[in-house]
Amino acid sequence: MPDLRPVVLKLEGITKRFGTLTANDAIGFALHKGEVLALLGENGAGKTTLMNILFGHYTADAGTVEVMGQALPPGQPGAALAAGVGMVHQHFTLAGNLTVTENILIGTRPLWRGGLGRAEARARIAALSRDFGLAVHPEAKVRTLSVGECQRVEILKALYRDARVLILDEPTAVLTPQETDALFATLKKAVAQGLSIIFISHKLHEVMAVSDRVIVLRHGRVAGEVATADTDRHRLAEMMVGAEVRLPAPSLARPGAALMELDAVSTPPEGTRPGLKSVSLALRAGQITGLAGVSGNGQGALADLVSGLVAPSAGRFEVAGARVERWSPRAALQAGVGRIPEDRHATGSIADFTLTENAVLEDYARPPYSRRGWMNWRAARAHAEKIIKDYDVRCPGSEARIRLLSGGNMQKLILGRALETAPRIILANQPVRGLDIGALTYVQDRLIAARDGGAAVLLISEDLDEILALSDVIHVMSEGRLSPGFPRGTKTPAELGVWMAGQGFDHAA
Amino acid sequence: MRLEPVRDASLARRLGLPLLALAVTVVVASVLARLAGADPFATLGLILKGAAGSKFALLETLNRATPLIFTGLAVAVAFRAKLWNIGAEAQLYAGALMTVLVGTQLGLPGPVAIPAMALAAILAGALVLLGPAVLKLRLGVDEVVTTLLLNFIMLLVISMLLEGPLKDPMGMGWPKSPPIPRDARLPRLIEGLRLHWGFGLALIAAVSVWLIQIRTTLGYEIRAVGLNPQAARFAGIPVNRVIVKTALLSGGLAALAGFSEVAGLKGNLTLDLSPGFGYTGIVVAMLALLHPLGVVVSAIFVAGVFVGANSMSRAADVPTYIADISVAVALLSMVLAILLTKFRVVRG
Repeated sequence: MPDLRPVVLKLEGITKRFGTLTANDAIGFALHKGEVLALLGENGAGKTTLMNILFGHYTADAGTVEVMGQALPPGQPGAALAAGVGMVHQHFTLAGNLTVTENILIGTRPLWRGGLGRAEARARIAALSRDFGLAVHPEAKVRTLSVGECQRVEILKALYRDARVLILDEPTAVLTPQETDALFATLKKAVAQGLSIIFISHKLHEVMAVSDRVIVLRHGRVAGEVATADTDRHRLAEMMVGAEVRLPAPSLARPGAALMELDAVSTPPEGTRPGLKSVSLALRAGQITGLAGVSGNGQGALADLVSGLVAPSAGRFEVAGARVERWSPRAALQAGVGRIPEDRHATGSIADFTLTENAVLEDYARPPYSRRGWMNWRAARAHAEKIIKDYDVRCPGSEARIRLLSGGNMQKLILGRALETAPRIILANQPVRGLDIGALTYVQDRLIAARDGGAAVLLISEDLDEILALSDVIHVMSEGRLSPGFPRGTKTPAELGVWMAGQGFDHAA
Repeated sequence: MRLEPVRDASLARRLGLPLLALAVTVVVASVLARLAGADPFATLGLILKGAAGSKFALLETLNRATPLIFTGLAVAVAFRAKLWNIGAEAQLYAGALMTVLVGTQLGLPGPVAIPAMALAAILAGALVLLGPAVLKLRLGVDEVVTTLLLNFIMLLVISMLLEGPLKDPMGMGWPKSPPIPRDARLPRLIEGLRLHWGFGLALIAAVSVWLIQIRTTLGYEIRAVGLNPQAARFAGIPVNRVIVKTALLSGGLAALAGFSEVAGLKGNLTLDLSPGFGYTGIVVAMLALLHPLGVVVSAIFVAGVFVGANSMSRAADVPTYIADISVAVALLSMVLAILLTKFRVVRG
């Protein structure tokens, strides 16, 4: 049945190329008044490029954007905003030292007019918060707000500017489950009042929960369009990756010798981040050791220790049965530790280096990549091309800068770089955070395969489901302390939650 | 108004804008010359003639470019690693001082003296930058401040030496050092032409730095540390050691400017050995977008503007400050032209 509601936003034939990579290939769809349209796609499918074109940050090579029947001039960031399209970015654009009201008012008034008209503004903000269920204290400094509250301010900001179309880019990536539910309630209220919403995501259950209609993007093209009521998660996933999806179900582990052992190891705290407090842990061959915990409870300290950035300040630290004397990133690499860092942009890669240069970042100093201080770029390029091929890294080529890659493809290169050295110990810190289903299962399968090949894997994740699915033994961290190891299947999420909240350690230690 | 990056700038853009910058320079210089009472249409010709119009002029430009290539390379190398070396001037004088000391005090025969002077100069320049680099790494002291201040300290030290122990007894009381012996001077690059081997050495240095950057592990490390020190450290690159090596390389290159000026051109050390070659090196490196081979081109360009404008002011009989203004306009408009080849201005 055709949708008879008026079209508020229409994209037609949007095409954008970056070199040889076609990020958007003749994408077109219409958004109707009062609907939630989900834009679903893997990382690198072209979602972000499309939104950048809509907001005039990029100029499309072809195609048109119409808002309320009026064509938007290309390449003018103000045009979409003026036409009533508001965007809530994944990374917030708020000033921490200003209040909520001030953040909302910024840019809404001409510079030469004195005063902000606060009283009037406050009344409107209060009305908007009430109408849309966006509870937030108008005079609170943004710095003091939680992530969920910041997102509400971003939405209020758009509503205050009379947005009729609201675009949310991966809005739930930073929210707790409770905050996500509150957000969905707000979105329902918004469409009931005649707003239209584009919900960008790669999380299937959220798309199913909140949207009326789904557009699936794959490799820069519209791979399908379907009413949410007529589909299910499984079929959406297939449309998204173009193949069937399965969940990891690793076989039973056969744990071997301890390849890395910590006995009452402590590390110094760093800023507000706790160090390790007398942690004892054995990473065994052929086993995935999962580390659960609320973010910022010492997981970073353990990751830094394993990857070589930090040396123990107390306790016994053994790698491959020998006590470690000098510990550094290079020593860790030489000891056979493969590392997948938490932040692939800031730590895992150098954005302005080519894929080739990034591929040899950890072993450029060894033959065949260099001899007596001279680089062998041919060998390096061959290595990069092998990783690109074996790990299915989608990119314009080995000489392209890595900043052009999507998160998932960047992660595949980092994974390949770590695994190609056949590491005995693997540190995987949040290896699938922000990845789409295709890349996610790929990375998880590779980790399981490495385990089956006899590697000791340390998996750190804030996603308890991921920890439960993959780990053969689970430890919980709280304030730098480590729980005993719980074998697979012996603890429920609720029981682990108790440990995550910091209880139980007193009897255990 | 805002800037938007231009991908794959057209040849017309890349050639046209610098030419436009030159045209702007000529127009400004002409107007100023007119105000000073000279024939405005003659100024362009006079600048070109002064910079490259004769064999003499061209060699003068290349001689002037020589120290700028060295200081430009020093800055380009350091800036690549995000080590902000503003102290090429101090390193240049350190190199010049060691050249004079080794050249006049040790009594070495010429063939031994020249490499000894060069080595001593490189060592001195490297040490002058080592201090700020270590302070930066150990105590977090901003190297912009330390290297900049060292320029003044070095000049005062040189001044003290030239007024005291290093003063030339035959110098009629002028603050200058005794000259280094004839056989310890750099020979002419080509017999009969007034261009010394310092220029050849500068070209060799530029090619070497370029090879280091693209072919060696050190060059790879320097680029990695400059682009993302956090990722470099995580990957096992010894970041501090790389910064120290960069400092030694950069300081040594800047010191060669002092060596080449003393051993190739002046023969002795005076307080006006360098009219700001160290600072101009920053302009040269920026114009070259930190590319070592680009440094050669931009150093010759900058030297040409200096020499040409000076010659014009003499020939047209206008005050020398017009030459200085012309140089400033030329450099500013060229920097702007290079910026505009990479970005376009968009309204809104």
